[in-house]
Amino acid sequence: MRPTDTSDPHYYHRVVDCQWGCPAHTNVPEYIRLIALGRYTDAYMLNRKSNVFPGILGRTCDRPCEPACRRTRLDGEPVAICRLKRVAADLRDDDIRPLLPAIPEKKNGKRILLIGAGPASLTVANDLMPLGYEITIYEKLEKPGGLMWNNIPQFRLPPRVLNEEIDYILDMGVDLRTGHEVDSMAAVLEEGWDAVFIGTGAPRGKELDLPGRWDDPDHVHIGIDWLQSIAFEHIDSIAPRVLVIGAGNTAMDCCRSAKRLGGTDVKVMARKPRPLFKASPWELEDAEGEQIDILENHSPTRFLSENGKLTGMEFEIVRWHEQEGGRLKKEVLDTVVLPCDEVILAIGQDAAFPWIERDIGIEFNDWEMPVVDKSTFATSLPGVFVGGDAAWGPENIIWAVEHGHQAAISLHRYCQGEPVEDRPPYGQNLVSVKMGLHEWSYSNDFDGAQRAEMNYADLRERLKSMEVEAELGFDIERALQETERCLNCDIQTDFTGPLCIECDACIDICPVTCLTITPDGPEDEVRLRLTVPQIHPDQPLFASEPLPHTGRLMMKDEDLCIHCGLCAERCPTAAWDMAKSDLLVPYAGLEAGQIHPTRSGAPLEVSA
Amino acid sequence: MSYITKPRVHHPALPTNSLGLTRRDYEGSMSTLCAGCGHDSITAAIIEAAWELELEPHMVAKLSGIGCSSKTPTYFLGKAHGFNSVHGRMPAIATGASAANRGLTYLGVSGDGDSLSIGIGQLCHAIRRNVNMLYVLENNGVYGLTKGQFSASADLGSTAKKGEVNRSEPIDPVLLALTLGCGFVARSFSGDKAQLIPLIKAGLAHDGFALIDVISPCVAFNDHQGSTKSYKYTRDHLEEAVAADFILPMAEITTSYEAGQGRTVEMHDGTRVRFRKVPEGYDPTDRDHAYAYLRDRAHVAEVPTGLLYIDTEDRAMHSVLGTVQTPLVDVGWDELCPGEDALAGIMERWR
Ligand SMILES: Cc1cc2nc3c(=O)[nH]c(=O)nc-3n(C[C@H](O)[C@H](O)[C@H](O)COP(=O)(O)OP(=O)(O)OC[C@H]3O[C@@H](n4cnc5c(N)ncnc54)[C@H](O)[C@@H]3O)c2cc1C
Ligand SMILES: Cc1ncc(C[n+]2csc(CCOP(=O)(O)OP(=O)(O)O)c2C)c(N)n1
Ligand code: SF4
Ligand code: SF4
Ligand code: SF4
Ligand SMILES: [Mg+2]
Repeated sequence: MRPTDTSDPHYYHRVVDCQWGCPAHTNVPEYIRLIALGRYTDAYMLNRKSNVFPGILGRTCDRPCEPACRRTRLDGEPVAICRLKRVAADLRDDDIRPLLPAIPEKKNGKRILLIGAGPASLTVANDLMPLGYEITIYEKLEKPGGLMWNNIPQFRLPPRVLNEEIDYILDMGVDLRTGHEVDSMAAVLEEGWDAVFIGTGAPRGKELDLPGRWDDPDHVHIGIDWLQSIAFEHIDSIAPRVLVIGAGNTAMDCCRSAKRLGGTDVKVMARKPRPLFKASPWELEDAEGEQIDILENHSPTRFLSENGKLTGMEFEIVRWHEQEGGRLKKEVLDTVVLPCDEVILAIGQDAAFPWIERDIGIEFNDWEMPVVDKSTFATSLPGVFVGGDAAWGPENIIWAVEHGHQAAISLHRYCQGEPVEDRPPYGQNLVSVKMGLHEWSYSNDFDGAQRAEMNYADLRERLKSMEVEAELGFDIERALQETERCLNCDIQTDFTGPLCIECDACIDICPVTCLTITPDGPEDEVRLRLTVPQIHPDQPLFASEPLPHTGRLMMKDEDLCIHCGLCAERCPTAAWDMAKSDLLVPYAGLEAGQIHPTRSGAPLEVSA
Repeated sequence: MSYITKPRVHHPALPTNSLGLTRRDYEGSMSTLCAGCGHDSITAAIIEAAWELELEPHMVAKLSGIGCSSKTPTYFLGKAHGFNSVHGRMPAIATGASAANRGLTYLGVSGDGDSLSIGIGQLCHAIRRNVNMLYVLENNGVYGLTKGQFSASADLGSTAKKGEVNRSEPIDPVLLALTLGCGFVARSFSGDKAQLIPLIKAGLAHDGFALIDVISPCVAFNDHQGSTKSYKYTRDHLEEAVAADFILPMAEITTSYEAGQGRTVEMHDGTRVRFRKVPEGYDPTDRDHAYAYLRDRAHVAEVPTGLLYIDTEDRAMHSVLGTVQTPLVDVGWDELCPGEDALAGIMERWR
């Protein structure tokens, strides 16, 4: 078997499941430790480095880190990573501006246009302003933020939090032109920008063109447009009986908003069974907690109205059968009519580019989407880049941020005349955390606590208006309890083969039976000889070089390691050590691990 | 010694035996021995063997004397009975316990100091009485607990950590046991669980006194150059002479067990031991032959391991003494102690 190369930054990165799961590679365990130490501002700044909007994301992130979290594989519940992020944002110092990057007075002479002021564009601005670029944003609406302000309701994301984090970026000197809709890309190109980034999102809500759809159009709404009208304060009420069609994130925001604007009988109607819903489990729970019914396996067939007034909708009650190739086929069991006063359609959204001429060198595919390179975010027209929901359709904020980081690298390289395909390499710092014979600089004992529950604002208060924030956040006690659930997956078991005397101490002590010493052989064969068979073969498997006494290999199935450090404590020769791996991520104009000088000149202390 | 105890959380795919227990249910409290001690590996092998044999922990009695090795019963089978005797006196306690309750499984753990110096008389008589127990002698060539003095098993010419040379001949517990008529004599190495676990299982199944001499390096005081009980030396000089598998009565006779020309012996409880590998012309049921072979190999500094001798006709203490089948603890008080009149009757017989 080939020995594992742990100097490749991606090996240990994969072991840090949450960081690997996070599109922007947020250093989760480190910020959790900083919170445990009460260093909230440092935790916030560490977050900001990778995800730019910790306060916003601490409330709204799609949290791909949480299903990835190793803790889930041990006790069924991930660490409340996202809620701890909010703790850092809630409890940090009020003024973090001195810690933000210094912006050069003297500009570098390159002017870049960003179209749309959503999280993707804002991230590009955040990364490029410290390098001396002049950045202009054209935004069609009156305010920046994209869907974060015009769709995500205030009860999930208070404007105070949103605006503050957007202002950190705009105040770097970004030239934001609101109310400026781009209706011709050709015209934009005429303006002579050094490079252009398209971050216009996926603004077109899908239509449901069933019989009766246009009989009472005033009472049938497109979800994202309806939410936008609430944000614009054009809509402030809804009739009592509301059906929301769809079971994604938008549907959840629609039904919860409806409940606050006068809806008393609000139902979410889903075609598929619950496990296939696009909405995250916590969103479903939040909606149900607000007395909203969620009905699965209801496939809409027509809108019903009397005298031009919407009276209800008809649904087929269906059962789904899995076909060959995983496709689902429906079987109709029955039909029902559900009376209602208003319907909100939340069945998806698309990007749309009617404003990009098809003959200016930007190649489009069969689905009318621009062809965008997966790693450089470049279009076929040199100097034009796309990111966020505009690139490949709706995703989420954290993906928009990561797109922004990558696009910023490309924009910078493009403007400096460097090939955009050459991506800057990642790096890794690996530092022993040994403090004494059996003392480590992290809390290594396993805490069996269950996941901390969120506190919510009183239901009656909450449903009175759009403004009352539903989640109250963790208090310090709950936060501390939750930090202890983190397994510190970045504190790696680092092996030095030549020191091993094959005493088996590590094998015997490991509480989760991760380790094996076994003769060398072909990989599939060696895998079968692990002390406990791998249950997640996609998880990294470490193999040492042949050991000095017998030539056998030390193997480690990283899957369930709780990073307790006992193997290293019981190792007589320190062949195992516990070492903190820090993934060094490159950003525009910054090599992996480099940081910008801060505005105040004060150093950033972002390690626990 | 570690500050934290081994967390109770375990691998979700850890298998359970027919009692519904995982290996982790056979653990005891955290070891306080030096990191890397061979004794801890033997503890792990005992845990594995007990789990595989599906022993009910409360039906096991762990006995030991004094020494690092003798501390180890605390680290396995936390739910079993235990007795930590004074130095070298574990065999007497085991004999008494076994006499009173033949229903338990007896597992003694001792060291080369506890067994071959202060307790050698006790060991000899337990073998001679043929107490039904497994006696694991964790042999590191030193008194580990008292910081590394040579023990009686230290080889002639081997050196202590600070350089002194040992000038006394060693006592080899395997040769001693063969001389004393022990019916189950094995040797193994703490660093070879594949060999050790089946030996422990067979030793526990054996009806009578079973001795396993386990070379168990002391990382703190006897793992240096010049030691003949270090990890390195042991790996270089140990020779698996006899390889044996332990087969449960119910186990299917699979080809992997029955292949080759190896010979199978049946134990009293229906379990079997299959000799996969023995030296040319070696007969593991011939005591004299085994003795001669071991003497011969010692001349070339080779340490043969494996199940070196087994007597399947062995008669353990209770059958020799003709005691009742029911453990004495379960015999009713009136029967056990029939009273003055009965005593008077017996006394009458000798008048
Ligand atoms: C109802 C709803 C709830 C959501 N909830 C969450 C959530 O909780 N968590 C999460 O992570 N994600 C959520 N999302 C998804 C998330 O909001 C988006 O993925 C993210 O905002 C995309 O960022 P973006 O920068 O690509 O585009 P957007 O946020 O869509 O921003 C694009 C901007 O470009 C502007 N624009 C568009 N066309 C033009 C033009 N021609 N000229 C000038 N300006 C233009 C738009 O006005 C807009 O301001 C939700 C989405 C919806 C619809
Ligand atoms: C009666 C008595 N004499 C001496 C001692 C001191 N003593 C404690 S342990 C030990 C030797 C233990 O050696 P061994 O059995 O080989 O155990 P190890 O620690 O090497 O595993 C001695 C001599 C004692 N505890 N009691
Ligand atoms: S346990 Fe902690 S470090 Fe590990 S994946 Fe979960 S949050 Fe990340
Ligand atoms: S740190 Fe070591 S002992 Fe602890 S779970 Fe991981 S491999 Fe096992
Ligand atoms: S404890 Fe250390 S020396 Fe012993 S087997 Fe494990 S890595 Fe090797
Ligand atoms: Mg000893």
